[in-house]
Amino acid sequence: MSELTLKDYATEQEVRWCPGCGDYAILKTIQKFLPTLGIPKEQSVFISGIGCSSRFPYYMNTYGFHTIHGRAPSIATGVKLANPELDVWVITGDGDGLSIGGNHMLHVLRRNVNLNILLFNNEIYGLTKGQYSPTSQVGLRTPSSPDGSVDNPLSPCTFALGAGARFIARSIDTEMKHLTSVLSNAHAHQGSSFVEILQNCPIYNDGIFDRVKDKKTASENRLILQNGRAMLFGEDGTKGLRLNLESLSLEVVTIGEGGVVLSDIVIHNERNKTLAHMLMELDLSIFPTPLGVIYHNPINPYDDQVYAQRIKVRETKEKVDMNALLRSGHTWTVEKG
Amino acid sequence: MSVVEKINSDAGLDNERSTIVVRFAGDSGDGMQLTGNNFTNASAIYGNDLATFPDYPAEIRAPAGAKFGVSAFQICFGSDEVTTAGDEVDVLVVMNPAALITNLDLLITGGLIIVDIDAFTAKNLKRAGYENNPLETDELDAYRVLPISITKQVLDTVKPFGLSHKFAVRCKNMWTLGLTLWLFDRSRELIISGLRTKFSNNSEIADANIAAVNAGHAFGETAELPSGIEVYKILPASVPAGLYRNITGTEALAYGVIAGGQLSNLPIFFASYPITPASGLLHALSNQKNFDVITFQAEDEIAAVCAALGASFAGSLGVTSSSGPGIALKSEAISLAIATELPLLVVNTQRGGPSTGLPTKTEQSDLNQSLFGRHGDSSLPVVSASSALDCFEVAIEAIRIATKYRTPVILLSDGYMANASEPWKVPNFDEIKPFPVQHETEVEGFTPAKRDPDTLARVWAKPGTKGLEHRIGGIEKDANTGDISYEPANHQLMTNIRKQKIDGISRDIPSQEISLGESRGKLVVLGWGSTFGAIHQAVKRARQEGLEVSHIHIRHIWPMPENLNTLLAGFERVLMPEMNTGQLVKVIRSTFLIDALSLSKVSGQPFKIQEISDAIYSCLEEVK
Ligand code: SF4
Repeated sequence: MSELTLKDYATEQEVRWCPGCGDYAILKTIQKFLPTLGIPKEQSVFISGIGCSSRFPYYMNTYGFHTIHGRAPSIATGVKLANPELDVWVITGDGDGLSIGGNHMLHVLRRNVNLNILLFNNEIYGLTKGQYSPTSQVGLRTPSSPDGSVDNPLSPCTFALGAGARFIARSIDTEMKHLTSVLSNAHAHQGSSFVEILQNCPIYNDGIFDRVKDKKTASENRLILQNGRAMLFGEDGTKGLRLNLESLSLEVVTIGEGGVVLSDIVIHNERNKTLAHMLMELDLSIFPTPLGVIYHNPINPYDDQVYAQRIKVRETKEKVDMNALLRSGHTWTVEKG
Repeated sequence: MSVVEKINSDAGLDNERSTIVVRFAGDSGDGMQLTGNNFTNASAIYGNDLATFPDYPAEIRAPAGAKFGVSAFQICFGSDEVTTAGDEVDVLVVMNPAALITNLDLLITGGLIIVDIDAFTAKNLKRAGYENNPLETDELDAYRVLPISITKQVLDTVKPFGLSHKFAVRCKNMWTLGLTLWLFDRSRELIISGLRTKFSNNSEIADANIAAVNAGHAFGETAELPSGIEVYKILPASVPAGLYRNITGTEALAYGVIAGGQLSNLPIFFASYPITPASGLLHALSNQKNFDVITFQAEDEIAAVCAALGASFAGSLGVTSSSGPGIALKSEAISLAIATELPLLVVNTQRGGPSTGLPTKTEQSDLNQSLFGRHGDSSLPVVSASSALDCFEVAIEAIRIATKYRTPVILLSDGYMANASEPWKVPNFDEIKPFPVQHETEVEGFTPAKRDPDTLARVWAKPGTKGLEHRIGGIEKDANTGDISYEPANHQLMTNIRKQKIDGISRDIPSQEISLGESRGKLVVLGWGSTFGAIHQAVKRARQEGLEVSHIHIRHIWPMPENLNTLLAGFERVLMPEMNTGQLVKVIRSTFLIDALSLSKVSGQPFKIQEISDAIYSCLEEVK
């Protein structure tokens, strides 16, 4: 196969996101990433719901389906079950995937359909002009919450873990290298992979992720997870997370301070669900934001099981014959009319 | 004198009859549906024409003896053509007082009641609302009563098999079946072999049930029954030669869907969410994995239709099914299927509404929803089955239209025909004309907006096809390129195209035929759906009396056959019985500007023949 490039994946559609929107960076990263997979372009399908992020498929020169609000996981499930050969991506947002489509997200993850689910989290409804979303922080003032939102936000990753997802990762819209590596792991995972991408909406919720995005303070505020490696961060890499055995929770410590040594620092184990939950629930006003693969513990994907069951039934049941089916059960013959 | 009156006046005198109606009624735990189904099979094999009506409550196991827990099964069978389960009951089998009190008004004067007197305890009588035991008063004097100590007989019969009391009592339904098989001179053979297969891994239960069937039968043969109670002679019907089987509407629909998949050469992807009375289709198709069928029980109705649509996008035929409330949830996605012009079959097994309404009872009240219950200008084809058997053909026809025109199609069934069974002269599948679908492969000049100039169907290019990568979605698309377009003129054009495409289907469906009668006359009874049987009999009787009445039954509800307008114009009056408050009648009135009359019934029960006969008489009075 001749080498595919970024250009092959771009469409002629005029991209209609606002200038400066984080979605542009994500689009570029994915257009650059896909050619590296060695998968024929016609095998890729992008399916989205409704919202700013859900315009994504129009800009990918693959097969694409821009569907209805919240339902992309269900449509994608049908696509994948109908043709398991396809490489199916679900593009969704915090409102689309966790509010109106929360039920479908729950069930697609629980079933573990072999899909790549990218949730662009900008903590706001952009397309409908800036109402608070299920991930907006308490107190956020928006046209529908002029006195500040009193809704408790949810963490997309915690939701995914609770739903039974077997691959959960987080990255940042503008960090092409990191995002690419996360996407590569997500794609390699067999089953539902859930990736939360922190995405800036400069129009309605600008700067909410500055703390973690800002290059200057990045080292202090990012916890880059690597499986089997100590959870270290900070400018000189001496800060780390330690398990406090009394409170059974993670705490920030500095190596060399108060007798803390490297072996006190928790080693990341992406198969450890309890650890994953702790990482997802960190108070980000005090802790660095965990980035990378938080949880990865594969089991047999749903679509594989559906087809395996079908093969098994076919081994035991008689050959496909419509006339035999129509004549199954008790029959009798009337000799003459 | 009408046929009904003639039969009535003969009741109790003559055991040779052309048709007869038997109704089994008991607690929902008494197994009356099983008794009825087995009796149906025995009568079918005997060669009778028949129609059944399982009439069961929404509660799975209501408290024993409660009136609301009564489950009944009615069958009309005979040597004549039978198309309904019968207006009135000739033989009523009741297993307790609640079953008697709730079903007695269906029994004709002089009709036979077979009753388990052991269940007429003080407690059960009180629960049913009887102050005195009706078996001991003059309350049942207008009927013939056969009181039997069924429970005791059964317990004695199955004692040797060492079943627990619970399982022993359950054999009552088989004892009752044995007795009715004797009463109508039906063979036990099939039932006995069926019980052997059913309980193949529990021989005690099989033996006990078989003993119960035999004991019930022997009881009829040997017991000294009151005079006048003897074996009925219901001769076989003369039906065309061929291979027959019994089939319910649900089974016929499932077979039709599988057949449609084969005829269109497409894999079937069936996605559904459990709901009464539509779940039967999910069960039936889930058991056919050896065919090219994938079934998916979704998390909700919306996910079910969406998964089906996703499968259609991927090149399969997506099928989803539900009842009224579930279809309402699916409507947004059905409009997406209209906007993206993908094939999709949506089956609605209608039930009494609105809301939860009467989940186990029948109605035709989702016609408005089917035609109009979506946002936007979103016309789609609607077809309706008219009987259990018809479900097979209609499913194939719906799939033909959906795949040829790349559109969602709504297929209307209802709770009555879904559960009812009829003998079916099994068709030869090889004689049904296939309609294979070709997915697009031509790269040259491809756009997702490409259309067949005749059908206006949009091109169907499935993911995985090299060179045809494209995007579709719910946003309005340019008529030429398929790209997003908000242009005013383009939206007008696209709306027109979508409408023309659906309207044009009227040229590709069979001309409307007359079901019975002449193509001109004083009155036509125009129906759709499961009212077929009752209308047919009512019109047949009226015609036997020399009245100028015809029957037209519509399968293609939208778009309608092109000749329907002309046909209707040949009649002075149009009478439209519907199990709703008059939904199709409004469409007929507004489409053809004719003064069609509505005959409405929304009790959750199918029309009686007499109700339609009465309406025919009063219509004809007017046009005299
Ligand atoms: S509203 Fe926000 S999220 Fe939407 S396109 Fe504009 S910047 Fe991006």
